[in-house]
Amino acid sequence: MSEYLIEAKNLVRRFGSRRERVTAVDGVSFGIREGEVVCLVGESGCGKTTTGKMVAGLLKPTEGQVSYAGEEIWGEGGKKGDGFKSYRLKVQIIHQDPYASLNPSHTVFKILSAPLLHHKLVNSRAEAMDRVVSLLGTVGLGPVEEFITKYPHQLSGGQRQRVSVARALTVNPKVIVADEAVSMVDVSIRVSLLNILTNLKREFGVTYLFITHDLAIAKFFAWEGRIAVMYIGSIVEFATTPQLISDPRHPYTKALLSAIPEADPELTRRKQRFELRSQDIPSLLDLPTGCLFHPRCPLFEKGLCDVKRPELTPIGGGRFVACHIAAREAGRS
Amino acid sequence: MQTMNSTSQQNQTPPLSIRNLWVEYSVERGLVKAVRGINLDLRPEESLALIGESGCGKTTLALSLIRLLVKAATITQGTITYRRDGQELDILSLNSRELRRFRWRECAMVFQSALNAFNPVLRIRDQIYDTARAHGVTSREETHQRALELLEHVQLDPKRVINAYPHELSGGMRQRVLLAMSLLLDPQVLILDEPTTALDILTQRTIIDLLRRLKAELGFSMMFISHDLATAAELADRVATMYAGNIVELGSVADIFYHPTHPYTLGLIRAVPTVTGDFEELASIPGSPPDLIDPPSGCKFHPRCTYATERCRVEEPKLEPVLGIGHTVACFHHDLVEQDTESLAKNHSHTTRKNTL
Repeated sequence: MSEYLIEAKNLVRRFGSRRERVTAVDGVSFGIREGEVVCLVGESGCGKTTTGKMVAGLLKPTEGQVSYAGEEIWGEGGKKGDGFKSYRLKVQIIHQDPYASLNPSHTVFKILSAPLLHHKLVNSRAEAMDRVVSLLGTVGLGPVEEFITKYPHQLSGGQRQRVSVARALTVNPKVIVADEAVSMVDVSIRVSLLNILTNLKREFGVTYLFITHDLAIAKFFAWEGRIAVMYIGSIVEFATTPQLISDPRHPYTKALLSAIPEADPELTRRKQRFELRSQDIPSLLDLPTGCLFHPRCPLFEKGLCDVKRPELTPIGGGRFVACHIAAREAGRS
Repeated sequence: MQTMNSTSQQNQTPPLSIRNLWVEYSVERGLVKAVRGINLDLRPEESLALIGESGCGKTTLALSLIRLLVKAATITQGTITYRRDGQELDILSLNSRELRRFRWRECAMVFQSALNAFNPVLRIRDQIYDTARAHGVTSREETHQRALELLEHVQLDPKRVINAYPHELSGGMRQRVLLAMSLLLDPQVLILDEPTTALDILTQRTIIDLLRRLKAELGFSMMFISHDLATAAELADRVATMYAGNIVELGSVADIFYHPTHPYTLGLIRAVPTVTGDFEELASIPGSPPDLIDPPSGCKFHPRCTYATERCRVEEPKLEPVLGIGHTVACFHHDLVEQDTESLAKNHSHTTRKNTL
């Protein structure tokens, strides 16, 4: 059996018609160990959400495979495999927008009891009530009696997102895909939500695929885990969080880290910039040759970077980078 | 009107003064007291950040300054005074014609959503021309020249962009066009609502650098709203923390970030991680923001505050000076908060030193 609980193997996802086709995700592979946190970080349009949806089983890959505990979830010809339903119970997703992801005409009780009843995890309404009460306790929504009869519009953004987390927990998932789960929540509430997610990991060993555009949040949540940086549909760097934050190797990661404003006036005004050659993100309909980052990359070498597309290469210490120059330099040292 | 010499303005009176401003929204459930007695000066050529979470009244305050509030909102009390060249304008008593002259020429606003700010069926040049004409500039040729100049200024290819439709531009480009348009009539004051929210990291960086450069070159005063502390740390000279419709702390950017004396400011800072450096423990602020229809008694922050005492439940603190130049805070227990932030300041000078080695 593989060392990973969840494994994405060469995931490809294309969208569009025959005439206009974009490849949103182009050959993404990674594994997540049981109880581990892996963060997917990247700018909008890099394919991180699409990857997350494929891992959660909500979107069928055009090519490639997702496996859980060594078992592939997509069977022959892309049909849902035998274990698909149980997979969907083991893997839950928390969506970004708590204003769009909860049914406005259902009460909190109905939202949380529906999956319990549907999957026959409880035998009666009374049992469902007990479970809902304990779930609301887990996500820190109280007094419980007050919340179960409320509708989403009566809740604040932070409270809604707590309900989303509670809903993901109804089926006791082993894996949670959190897609920008705290991005729309106010600063003061964000940390308590992240702490709830961290506690789930500590208490129940929940495994996370945490998707965010915010590297500071990724650093905080995945300090003991790993971060994968995506750029136009591919992973360009994959390393443990402290490695990636303190010693980034891919020029794109370097650019991102140096560009982020920090909530510390001295630190942020003194930061060394890693300047790019161009600010323009290439169109998915007209991708550059060779390395997709080469038109913007200050390390660009003609005849190499514009010709050959770099693979995600191991460079020692369990880290990977998709850059000719970075891989060469790592080989030298 | 020509751009004024930047140095001559330093010691002048503030271009905008807000005194005891109250704004209410009338909704089904009652009256939302969105802005409750704000006093604030915008100084010449400064960059002032309003920070605070959603619903704290920061956008309402900004919209009041150019009288763009929705119909359900009423300014119930207060004055807003605008000054330029020794003349004073009472903003709240302007009629619609005078308002039209005031907006954009004197005080321009850049709104949060860069896509929604454009008419999708007009080319950029027509949007710019419409704007100029609405505010009294009739020469098409003059507007065109000025537009090309400004687009160049915001690092866009003027010839291409001026003929483009909004959908042909990326989010960052649209934000830059909006910036260029806001500067079209050479305003003295620029108000920006979340100028970098919803932009990608690298685009955000371009906009921040651009704003800093434009301000240095053109010498306008800038007030910007941000829920993102990092943008404030980066761009502001002074920071005002807002909570429940009022300013609870105001000070230089260094005082606010390294010596916060309001428990809410401290709470915000402790809740935000930095990317550089080692792992830091973060703390969240308990509870949730208050209901502004039926706000708590006394200090509006007391239900969430660890320093709260009986006095806080009864009496609402007013802004009063503390250590630091122009640093004011509305908290009875700012001494205690200050003691606790000593450690914050120490930690920070420690980490910043380490990071620059």
